[in-house]
Amino acid sequence: MPKVTMNINGRARSTEVENRTLLSTALREKLHLTGTHIGCDTSQCGACVVHVNGKAVKSCAVFAVELDGATIDTIEGQAAPDGSLNVIQQAFKDHHGLQCGFCTPGMVMSAAALLKDNPKPNEAEIRDYLEGNICRCTGYQGIVNAIMAASGQAVPAIAAE
Amino acid sequence: MYDFDLVIPSSVADAASAMKADGAQALGGGQTLLPTMKQRLAAPEVLVKLSDLAEMVGVSAASGILRVGGATTHAQVAEEGAAYPALAALAGNIGDPAVRNRGTIGGSIANNDPAACYPAGALGSGATIITDRREIAADDFFTDLFETALDEGEIITAVNFPIPDAANYQKFDQPASRFALVGVFVARFGDAVRVAVTGASNGGVFRWSVAEEALSADFSASAVEGLAVNAGDMISDLHGSAAYRAHLIGVLTRRAVQSC
Amino acid sequence: MPDGGIGAPTKRREDTRFLTGRGKYTDDFTPQNTSYCAFARSQVANGKIKSIDTSAAAAMPGVLAIFTGEDFVEVGGNPAGWAIVSRDGEPMKEPKRPVLAHGKVRHVGDAYAAVIADTLEEAMDAVEAIEADIEELDAVVDMASAVANSGTLVHDEIGTNTCFDWGWIEDNRAATDEAIKKAPHVTTLELINNRLVPNALEPRCSIGEYDPGTGDYKLTTTSQNPHLSRLLISAFVLGIPENKLTVLAPDVGGGFGSKIYHYGEEALVLAAAKKLGRPVKWTATRTEAFLSDAHGRDHVTKIELACEKDGTFIAFRTETMANVGAYLSNFSTATPTFLHGTLMAGNYTVPNVYVNVKAVFTNTAPVDAYRGAGRPEATYSLERVIDKCARELGMDPVEIRRKNFIKKDQYPYASAAGLEYDSGNYDALMDGLEKTADFAGFEARRAESAKQGKLRGLGINAYIEACGIAPSNLVGILGARVGLYDAATVRVNPTGNISVMVGAHSHGQGHETAFPQIVADMLGVDPETIDIVHGDTSKIPFGMGTYGSRSLAVCGSAVFRATEKIIVKATAIAAHMLEDEPDNIDFSDGVFSIAGTNKSVGFGDVALKAYIPHEYPIEGLEPGLEETAFYDPANFTYPSGAYASEVEVDPETGKVTICSMVALDDFGVVVNPMIVTGQVEGGLAQGIGQALLENSVYDDNGQLLSGSLMDYAMPRADDLPSFVVDHSHATRCNHNPIGSKGCGEAGAIGSPPTIVNAVVDALARGGHDVDHIDMPVSPSRVWAAMNK
Repeated sequence: MPKVTMNINGRARSTEVENRTLLSTALREKLHLTGTHIGCDTSQCGACVVHVNGKAVKSCAVFAVELDGATIDTIEGQAAPDGSLNVIQQAFKDHHGLQCGFCTPGMVMSAAALLKDNPKPNEAEIRDYLEGNICRCTGYQGIVNAIMAASGQAVPAIAAE
Repeated sequence: MYDFDLVIPSSVADAASAMKADGAQALGGGQTLLPTMKQRLAAPEVLVKLSDLAEMVGVSAASGILRVGGATTHAQVAEEGAAYPALAALAGNIGDPAVRNRGTIGGSIANNDPAACYPAGALGSGATIITDRREIAADDFFTDLFETALDEGEIITAVNFPIPDAANYQKFDQPASRFALVGVFVARFGDAVRVAVTGASNGGVFRWSVAEEALSADFSASAVEGLAVNAGDMISDLHGSAAYRAHLIGVLTRRAVQSC
Repeated sequence: MPDGGIGAPTKRREDTRFLTGRGKYTDDFTPQNTSYCAFARSQVANGKIKSIDTSAAAAMPGVLAIFTGEDFVEVGGNPAGWAIVSRDGEPMKEPKRPVLAHGKVRHVGDAYAAVIADTLEEAMDAVEAIEADIEELDAVVDMASAVANSGTLVHDEIGTNTCFDWGWIEDNRAATDEAIKKAPHVTTLELINNRLVPNALEPRCSIGEYDPGTGDYKLTTTSQNPHLSRLLISAFVLGIPENKLTVLAPDVGGGFGSKIYHYGEEALVLAAAKKLGRPVKWTATRTEAFLSDAHGRDHVTKIELACEKDGTFIAFRTETMANVGAYLSNFSTATPTFLHGTLMAGNYTVPNVYVNVKAVFTNTAPVDAYRGAGRPEATYSLERVIDKCARELGMDPVEIRRKNFIKKDQYPYASAAGLEYDSGNYDALMDGLEKTADFAGFEARRAESAKQGKLRGLGINAYIEACGIAPSNLVGILGARVGLYDAATVRVNPTGNISVMVGAHSHGQGHETAFPQIVADMLGVDPETIDIVHGDTSKIPFGMGTYGSRSLAVCGSAVFRATEKIIVKATAIAAHMLEDEPDNIDFSDGVFSIAGTNKSVGFGDVALKAYIPHEYPIEGLEPGLEETAFYDPANFTYPSGAYASEVEVDPETGKVTICSMVALDDFGVVVNPMIVTGQVEGGLAQGIGQALLENSVYDDNGQLLSGSLMDYAMPRADDLPSFVVDHSHATRCNHNPIGSKGCGEAGAIGSPPTIVNAVVDALARGGHDVDHIDMPVSPSRVWAAMNK
């Protein structure tokens, strides 16, 4: 079986894969990085989004064997080494941008890619960018608010009752 | 998914020779091919990876032509295709951002999905599809649903788009796939106008010649008012009837002209 | 009160693991030596299994075992949880639902064989090598032809495709018929409540394990309801004793109803694990989810509204055909009946209500409860026909509703559909809606839209629902075969921190954050010292799971009752420590004290004393500080709301754009407003999805045309507006101790009629003679309606 070496979340990781092994499968089953989720089989849902060489990619639609030498960032590498959440993760928590959590890794990775290209997106730009990430729980409102907040824009807080 | 052999060539020439193998299939960005293989609906024995071949990647404009390498991603065309804004906008609205980071023009055009955007852009622009062995006019290239003029093992190395004086692409989304339920690409070169329609026809992308004639005589939305394609040739499915698609072609054509 | 008690918008503690990729969903577990399961599923909707030859498949590499329906003939079937009696007194028809299809396959995706192999790919290869000779028969897809019984039967042995023909309330039928006959005005509407696929983002997954040393089984599975799965597997399907079976539901990626039920795949992996002595894992693909998850809705309805000329309601009469699919899923018979018929009086003082529901078998996937479950169907029928009636009478849609609302001084109110509403104030909600949604400014916005060539419409809706599903005594009379209480154990550990074992399962609802808010509020301790344990039948007393907006109202109340018991016992211990009588002890902010003295002891010291019972009155008081409560409420809770939406219709393409969506709900006491807002927003998205996008469509041969996300349109971020959600117009639920009503389904119940009313309004204002469009109100349907 071919061996691939990828820089994953800042660390060189090698694993043997079959040609048909998807990046998502390699991450989940070979490297035990189960934060990347599989929600569909048609590349629609976006739960599997990771960054490949700095760009958002659906890891269920790329073969691991194509990525020898690539730099991969996954949800597991987003928080600081001490476990503190990055600004996007914290904003998702602060603005209730997640419920069941299954789409969340892909959402956070897509949000990170968006903010890299467009540091202050407006609401319409955020909604448009999330076209490839499906969330069944939140109605997207908390996610949109979180991304606005993560980019330093004002978002109404929820009051106590 | 069935397993396969993978060839990662270092040049187009290497790729072309790898494509001679029995059951060989070009692998572009894989955004359509991989889901198909996952469902076990495709079983290529050999995949020849084209997506990182340097000589097939890039966007350049010269002498009124926008040249897009066959392995150039939609994202790169959206970003670097400013010389042909309508095409850049088309590329920037294919799929979603993650798909655009992988999917390639060569893969899209070779697949010729009847609801894909690039075939409308290529046909509407009168592009030339350049392969490892010849040049094919877009008018001769898209032959039927998922069918093209490509021969066995032939590789799209680039697509040359003549840059029109004005152009616009109007896409009406199929709400689930976000492919085009109907997409209309209008391009005006002097007095000559091309109108290409995707998503609508049982025969795949096509030129709406009646509208082209009307628009060549009078490039205004009102010139196509009252014109209609034959609904009998249109796709009817759970997202829209043939009559609805035929109607949308008229609406989108007018809007494209207005936006030119 | 400590920070973070009832009413605080506390950030969710579960988020940290989900945001860092450290959630643990079923598919994230792969026990050592796991083998993999793949199913052979029917390609035809109806077929006779003539033979299944597994010999070639069995010889393939890595194959460990192959199961077919033959292997499960001796065991039981997956039962219906609710027995319905037809109008003629006959019990409903209950054909067996086997683990694997036997004799016949009855829908596309019906599993007839399973392969277990060392790897998933080997299992899938072997599935392709199974030679099944299945003779395709005509499929029964359309409900009207199914009911006619003119051709094929889905289940030959029951002799009909009608599961039951139910009347509610049958004794009201004659009076309702008579009232409609005599009424000055009758509005009739025929409509379809479109079939939906729940599409929780996490596909179903099950891992079976068996320990031959102890005879213990373990099922790790994507369940909203692990105790129910254990009960059904034990009592009905495989006969594994409950004490030998642990069901774990770890992090679950959404359910929306589809993971309430026990499915055959769960039984299969357990049986296979026993046979092989190895863990067996099955993970659904999205394609399998479309084919085999329980779908939702799918009603064909005729509703009549009879009223006076001034709009005073006289009667509602409904005739519905409800699709149950090929087999009865666990709650499929309750959904179109007691969760639908009992709500057909809505928010109104209508004297006559009659509902007839025929449940129909078809060669399609089973249909069961999906977010809202029966109540969206009821609300949609009512609120659409009321809008149509208002239009016919030339009345304002707000006015006709207000005219018939139950008034705030009429509670408790016995509705004509058999429920007793405990509290509410529908006029206050409508007052709030008029302001929040700025009805006064609509005309100016409409004129602005018209300048852009768009038709703008305003739709409103008022809903009531019954949730917090229980009480057991009532549902038992109505046919339920289970109780609908819930349970909780509050365990105060010796060092004073607290573990709370709850029967509800959290898969997005935030129980891990919200339940501690209740306990902290009552005990006056820091909520951070309280942890929730859920989803493990070996650790939790019992539970009836999470669905029907019941977790807080029912399980939260069990938590409340158990905490009350803790306070009683801790007070007794404190009294002993303070050398006084319990009646003289005050307890507040975590401190036990005697009024008028400086004598006090903290909760932590009391807990320690409970576990180190030196100088302890052991004759009258047990050591330890742990209490369990089973809570069975006296009634449903009755959330209500008033919703408004403005839409723009593009008259050239028929495309509908939602400009605004305002939801005012009465949920009683709100424990965590952030979570409640999120629940409403998620419900709104699903309701809007039903109204505009989602549709599960089978062709005449029973092939699922919308069988993937390429054809089944899920709402995306850019399909939806920013929502305005307000739950400040609250009336307390007066029969549970927290005062809360359920909030999980409201958004999905209230939004579909709001949207369709708005679209019809837009078309009417644009001069189009359109009085109804069936959901999903897609561009092509709107265009067709405008150009009919």
